[in-house]
Amino acid sequence: MDTIIDAFFNIDIMRQATPLLLKGAWVTLQLCAVVILLGLFGGLGLALLASSGSAALRLPAFVFIDIFRAIPPLILLILIYAGLPFVGVRVPPFVAVCIAFLLNNSAYFAEIFRSGIKAIPKGQMEAARATGLSPAQAQTWVILPQAIRNVLPDLLSNVVEIVKLTSIASVVSLSELLYSANMARAVTYNSSPLVMAAGLYLLLLWPLVRVISRFQRGLSISH
Amino acid sequence: MDFFNAFLNPEIIARYLPALIRAVWVTLWISVLVVISGLALGALLAGLRAYQKRWLSWPIVLFADLMRALPPLVLMLVLFFGLPSVGIILADWFVLYLILTLVLAAFVEEIFWATMTSLPRGQWEAGAATGLSFLQVLLHVIFPQSLRMNIPPLVNRSLTISKMTAYGSVIGVKEIVSVAGSAQAFSGSATPLTMAALAYLIIFYPAMLLSRYIENRFHYEH
Amino acid sequence: MTAAQPLPTLEITALEKRFGETQVLRSIDLNVRNGELVFVIGPSGSGKSTMLRCCNRLEEPTSGAIHVSGKPMLGIPRKELDRMRLQVGMVFQGFFLYPHLTALKNVTLAQRKALKRPRAEAEARALEMLDKVGLKHKADAMPSELSGGQQQRVAIARALALDPKVMLFDEPTSALDPELVGSVLKVMRDLREGGMTMIVVSHEMQFAREAADRVVFMDGGVIVEEGPPEEIFGNPKSDRLKAFLSRVSGEAA
Repeated sequence: MDTIIDAFFNIDIMRQATPLLLKGAWVTLQLCAVVILLGLFGGLGLALLASSGSAALRLPAFVFIDIFRAIPPLILLILIYAGLPFVGVRVPPFVAVCIAFLLNNSAYFAEIFRSGIKAIPKGQMEAARATGLSPAQAQTWVILPQAIRNVLPDLLSNVVEIVKLTSIASVVSLSELLYSANMARAVTYNSSPLVMAAGLYLLLLWPLVRVISRFQRGLSISH
Repeated sequence: MDFFNAFLNPEIIARYLPALIRAVWVTLWISVLVVISGLALGALLAGLRAYQKRWLSWPIVLFADLMRALPPLVLMLVLFFGLPSVGIILADWFVLYLILTLVLAAFVEEIFWATMTSLPRGQWEAGAATGLSFLQVLLHVIFPQSLRMNIPPLVNRSLTISKMTAYGSVIGVKEIVSVAGSAQAFSGSATPLTMAALAYLIIFYPAMLLSRYIENRFHYEH
Repeated sequence: MTAAQPLPTLEITALEKRFGETQVLRSIDLNVRNGELVFVIGPSGSGKSTMLRCCNRLEEPTSGAIHVSGKPMLGIPRKELDRMRLQVGMVFQGFFLYPHLTALKNVTLAQRKALKRPRAEAEARALEMLDKVGLKHKADAMPSELSGGQQQRVAIARALALDPKVMLFDEPTSALDPELVGSVLKVMRDLREGGMTMIVVSHEMQFAREAADRVVFMDGGVIVEEGPPEEIFGNPKSDRLKAFLSRVSGEAA
C-alpha cells in the first residue's frame, strides 16, 4: 500500500511539481480555446459545403472530411511538425498543433453539423424560401439555428474529445499539461506528477462528461 | 521536385516498405483485439448496470466517467511508467491494448445504457409478464434492440479508438507511427511519415465510407 | 365459503397500493371464478389499471394478498414469481410487441426461454395461436408491418401460447383506430366462448353488456359497486356509478 502511495500519490513530489503543472494547464487551456474555435468555424464551413445542392462543392467536402477522420491526428501532427522543415518551412509547435487540429477537428465538427442539418425537415427550407429568403439566408437564419440546437450534446462530446486530444501536443514538445507532467516525472523518477495531471484533466472534464450523460438519459427500466 | 523528394522519395519507400507493412499488422491486430474486448466488456457492464443495484452501478458509472474524462495518453503513461515502481511490469503493447479496451468499454457501456433506458417501459413489462426472467428479458428483448439501434455509434466509436493505437508510439509499441518515426530519423526524410499517413488512409478511409453506408442503412425506426 | 365451492382462479384479498403519499388502491377484494369474464370500469385514475398490474406484480402491492389457483403471487422468490407469471397472461394498451422479432418469434420467445419448450413444439403452438387470432398468414411479418389491431392480436397470441390460467386485458383497444377495435373484440369474444378466465379493463361498454359475467365499478381506489351487467348498467345504485354512466353515455352520443 505504501509503495503504491509513494509511486502514484506522493504529496511532496506533487507539491514540487505544482507550479510547472499549473503553467502546463494554462497552456492547455489556451490551446483548447484556439483549436476549438478553429475547429468550430472550419467544421461549420465544411458542413455547409457538404450540405450544398451542388455536387461540385459537396464531393470535395466529403472527401476532405473522410480523409481527415481516417488519419490519426497524432501522425498528422508529426507530419506537419517534423515533415515541413524538409521543404524549408519551420513551424513552432503551437502552430503545428493548430494546423493539425484544424484539419482533424473541422472534419469531426463538420460531420456533426452536417447530420444536424440533414435532420431538419425539407419543409423548413421550403417555408423559408416561400417567405422570400434566399437559400443562403434560409440556411443561416432558419436551418442552422435549429440544427445546432439539436446537435448540442454531440458538439459538447466533441469538445471533450478535443480537450483530451490536446495531450498529444506533448509529442512535439509543446509544454502543455501532459508534457509538463511527464517532464516532472522524468526529473523525479516518480509517476505522481502524471497522476496529478490526470486529476487536473478530471477537474476540467468530469463535469462535462456528467452533463453529456444527463443529455442521454431516459428512464424505463423496471423489474 | 523538392516536395516529392522530401515526402514521397521512391528509394526510401522501397527501403522501409517491409518494416511498415509489419507495423500495419501490429496496428491491425491490436485494433481488432481492442474492438472485440471493448465491445464485449462495455455490453457486459451495461447489462450489470441494468440490475440497478447500487453497489454495482456506482463503480460502473465511476469507471465510465473516468475513462471518458481522462486522455488515454495520460492513462497509458501512468500505467507504463508507474506500474514498474510497484513491481508490475507490463509489455508495452499490453498497456496500449488494456487502456484502449477500457476506454472503448466505457463509451460502449454509455451507448448501450442510454438506449436501454430509453426503450419503452412496456418492452421490459411485456417480457416480465410472459414469465421471462430479468436476465432473459435483457438478453432476448432489450439487448438485441439496443444493439440494432446503436450500430452507427458503436462503429464510429470503435474506429476512433482504433486510430488511437497510434499512441503506442509514445511507449514504444512497434506500430505504424513508431516505425515511421524511427525510419524518418534514420533516413533523414519525411517520406516514412507520409507512408504512415497513407497506410492509415488505406486502412481507415474505406472504414469511413463503410460507416457512412451503415449510418444510412441502419437508420432504425422504432 | 363452503367446501363444495371450487377455488377461485384469481383471488385478490385486501389489496392496497400506495405511491408515496397517494393511496391508489384501498382494500380491494375480488374473486374471479374459472371461466368468468369480469369487466372493470371506472373513470381514469380510479386505480383499475393499477389493480390489474398488481395481479402479476408489474406493480408491487403495498399490502394484501393475490392467489392464482390457490398459489400466492406475493412474498415468493424471484424465480417462483417468473413461473407464476406464466399463469397470468397480460395484454397491454400499447401492445409492446418486440420490434426486432417476427410475429412468430414474438410468440415463441417466452415459450422457449421460460417454458423451455422445444423449438418445433413452440412453433407449432405459436402457429396454432396465431391462427386462433386470425393471423397465421402474418407469422413472418415484422411488427412494423402490422396494423395496430393485428399487433394487438399477436400480443394476445403471445400471452395465450403460454397456457395461462387467467388473462388480464389492460385497455386493449384504447390505442386502436375505431375501425380496428372490432377485430380485437372478436378475438376476446372467442376466448370467452372457449372458457378462458378473463379480467378486462376497458371503456368498451357495449362489449361489457354483451360479454361480461360481472361488471366491477371502481372509483377512488375502491370497488364501489359490482354485479351482473344488466344490474350495473340498467339499475345502478350508487350516485358515483350513475354519474359515471351518464358521463360515458353522454360522450358516446
